[in-house]
Amino acid sequence: MSPGRHSRLDLDRLTREERIRIVVCCGAGGVGKTTTAAAVALRAAEHGRRVVVLTIDPARRLAQSMGLTELDNTPRRVGDVDTSGGGHLDAMMLDMKRTFDEVVESHTTRAKARQILANPFYQALSSSFAGTQEYMAMEKLGQLHARHEWDLIVVDTPPSRSALDFLDAPERLGSFLDGRLIRLLGVPARAGGRAYLKFFQAGIGAVTNVFTKVLGGELLRDVQTFVAALDTMFGGFRERAEATYALLKRPETAFLVVAIPEPDALREASYFVERLEAEAMPLAGLVLNRVHGDGPTGLSEDQARAAAERLEGRREHRLAMSLLRLHAERLQLAARDARRRARFTAAHPDVPVAQVPALPVDVHDLDGLREIGRKLAPRA
Amino acid sequence: MSDWEGVRLHVVTGKGGTGKTTVAAALALALAEGGRKVLLVEVEERQGLAQLFDVPPLPYSERKLAVARGGGDVFGLAVDAREATYEYLEMYYHLGRAGRALDRMGVVEFATTVAPGMRDVLLTGKTYEATRRRRPDQSFVYDAVVLDAPPTGRIVRFLGVNTAVTSLARVGPVNRHAVAIMDLITSPRTAVHIVTVLEEMPVQEAADTVAALEKAKIPVGAVVVNQIRRPHLGVRDLAAARRGRLDRFAVAAGLRIAGLADSDALVDQLLTEAKAHADRVTLEKQERAAVAVLDRPTYELPRLADGIDLAALYELGTELSAQGAA
Repeated sequence: MSPGRHSRLDLDRLTREERIRIVVCCGAGGVGKTTTAAAVALRAAEHGRRVVVLTIDPARRLAQSMGLTELDNTPRRVGDVDTSGGGHLDAMMLDMKRTFDEVVESHTTRAKARQILANPFYQALSSSFAGTQEYMAMEKLGQLHARHEWDLIVVDTPPSRSALDFLDAPERLGSFLDGRLIRLLGVPARAGGRAYLKFFQAGIGAVTNVFTKVLGGELLRDVQTFVAALDTMFGGFRERAEATYALLKRPETAFLVVAIPEPDALREASYFVERLEAEAMPLAGLVLNRVHGDGPTGLSEDQARAAAERLEGRREHRLAMSLLRLHAERLQLAARDARRRARFTAAHPDVPVAQVPALPVDVHDLDGLREIGRKLAPRA
Repeated sequence: MSDWEGVRLHVVTGKGGTGKTTVAAALALALAEGGRKVLLVEVEERQGLAQLFDVPPLPYSERKLAVARGGGDVFGLAVDAREATYEYLEMYYHLGRAGRALDRMGVVEFATTVAPGMRDVLLTGKTYEATRRRRPDQSFVYDAVVLDAPPTGRIVRFLGVNTAVTSLARVGPVNRHAVAIMDLITSPRTAVHIVTVLEEMPVQEAADTVAALEKAKIPVGAVVVNQIRRPHLGVRDLAAARRGRLDRFAVAAGLRIAGLADSDALVDQLLTEAKAHADRVTLEKQERAAVAVLDRPTYELPRLADGIDLAALYELGTELSAQGAA
C-alpha cells in the first residue's frame, strides 16, 4: 500500500514519550478498539513503562489472554509480559455498577449510601442509564490517574451508539444529576420551595402534573426519595466529570481514533476527529484495522485476472489459476480499502494514520497483541 | 414457503461491522416481494437507511424507499427520540402543547438522552405502534416491520427495557404501555435475527445473544451468516497450502504458461496468500460448526467485493427469499 502524502502514525513515538500519560482508544463498535488498546498497552509495558489498561467489554478469549477471568473492577498484573525493561502491565475490566456504587459510598455517609443503593430508581440508573457506562469509564480513568501508580493509562471506550457519546454522556449525566430537572423532581418531597425555583414557578405545576400522569404516583415517589437521598451529593458528579474532561484536554493525553476501512466506521472516525479538533483535544492519529494489503508482486488486478483467464480449462494449471484469482480478489479488496482510506485522508490530511493488515485469524494471545503492536510501529 | 409465517416484527441485530443494516434492508425487500408492504425502521439516528438506499436523510415520517420485485413497497422510518417523545405524549396522554412546554424544562432532553432506558422505551414503543397500526377496515397497514436494531452488545437490554420499566412502574399508564410492548416482543409474532460473519468474536456474540434472548423469553429467529467468501482451492490444495507444501514448480509453470514472469518473489507471494486463505477457510469451518450448534435456521449471504449498492440489496434479498427467509 502506498503511504501517500499524509503522515504516518508511529505508536512508539507516542508510547515512549514520557509526557504522554493517557491514551484513549475510541471509535465505532466492532472496529477492534479493545484489541488496539491492549496491543498499545503491552508494547508500552515491554518498552519499560508501567502501564494499566482499562477495558470495557473485552472478548472472552482476549480477556483470558490478559488473565482477566473475573470482572472485579481492580487492576491485576498480566503475566508473561517482558519486564526486562523495568515496565509492567496491569489490566482491568470496568464494572459499571460497582464503580457507581463506589462513587456513592465515597460521597456520603454509610447509612445514606445504603439507602441510595437500595432504591429501585438508583438500581435502574446504575445498571441501565444511557451514558452510565461512559460516565463510569471516565470516573474510573480519573481514579486510576489519581493513584499515580502508572506511567501510562490506556483506556478502551464503551460500545456506544455513537463514538461521541464517550465525550458527551458524562457531561449530560453530570448536568442532569446536578441540574434543575432533578431538583424539580425532588420538589414535592421537600418542604417549601427554594428561591431559584420561583423563577420556574409557571412551568412547575404543568410539569409535576405531567410527571404524575405519566409516571404514576408510586414511581414518582421512588424518584423523589432517590433525589432527596442524593441531595448531599449534588455538585460532586458534575465536578468530577468536568475534572476528567479537563484531564482529557491536557497535552499528557493522546486520543487514538480506531476504525476499519468500512464507510460507517470511517464516518464515525471523521465525526470524532472533527470533534476533537473543535475542542482542541490532543488527537494522536487514526489506527486503521483490518486493511487488505496488496503485497509486493507488481501484478495488477487486471493482469492477474487476465492471466487466470488464460489458464482456464487447463487442468494441470488449476492451482496457478486459483492462486491468481485469489490474488486478484485480494488486490480488489486492497484497492477498495485504499480508496476508502484516501477519502478519509483527503478530508483530514493532517491526521497521521497507522494501519494494521487484515489478519487471517483472530487475535487472542499476547503474541498476537505483540504482532499488532509491531504493525503500529513500522520503524521498530 | 417462508420460515417466518405469522411473524410481523423482524428484529435484526449483529455485532458491529457484520452488516446488520444491509441484511435488514435486504430482508425488507425480500418480505415485500410480490406486492406486500413492509416498513424498515432504524433507531440509531445514523441515517443508515438513507445512505444505503441513496436517498436524502429521512425525516420523522414514513417514506417509500424502494419497490420490491413483483411489486410491493419498502417504506423507511428513521425514529428520532425527541419527535417520538412528543408523539408519545400526544398519542397516549393528549399533551400536545404541554408536551412542547416540557421541552423548556429539560424534560425532553432528559427523556431522550439520560433517563434510564427511556430512549429505548420510546424507540421500541414507536416500532410497536407501527407493527400494530391498522386501516379503517382493520387490516394491518404494514404486512411486516423490519427493525434495524442496536448491535448484539445492547440488543437484549434494548428489547427488554420494558420489562425493566414494569419493575419500576408497577401500575399506571407507563406500566400498561410497557406490558403491551413486551407482549408483542415476547410473542411468536416477533423474531430476532442475528447477523454474523465467520469470525470468532461475531459468532461468539451471536451465541451469547441467542442464550440471552432465550433467557429473556424473546423469540430467536434466524442466524444470517454474511460476507461469505468463495473458497478458491480444493480440499487437498487447502491442506497443502496450510502446511506450506503447495507445489511451487507447478505454480511457476502455470505462471509461465499464462505469460507472466515466474519470479520467486511472485511465487512466494502467491503461496503466502494461499496459506492465509487456507488458514481463513479452516477458521471459517470451525465458526460454521459453532453456528450449526445454535440450531437455528441459517441463511448465507455472499461477500460482495464492490460494496453495497441498491442492486446488491436486491441480489441479497433474492438470496434470502430463496433460502426461506421470506
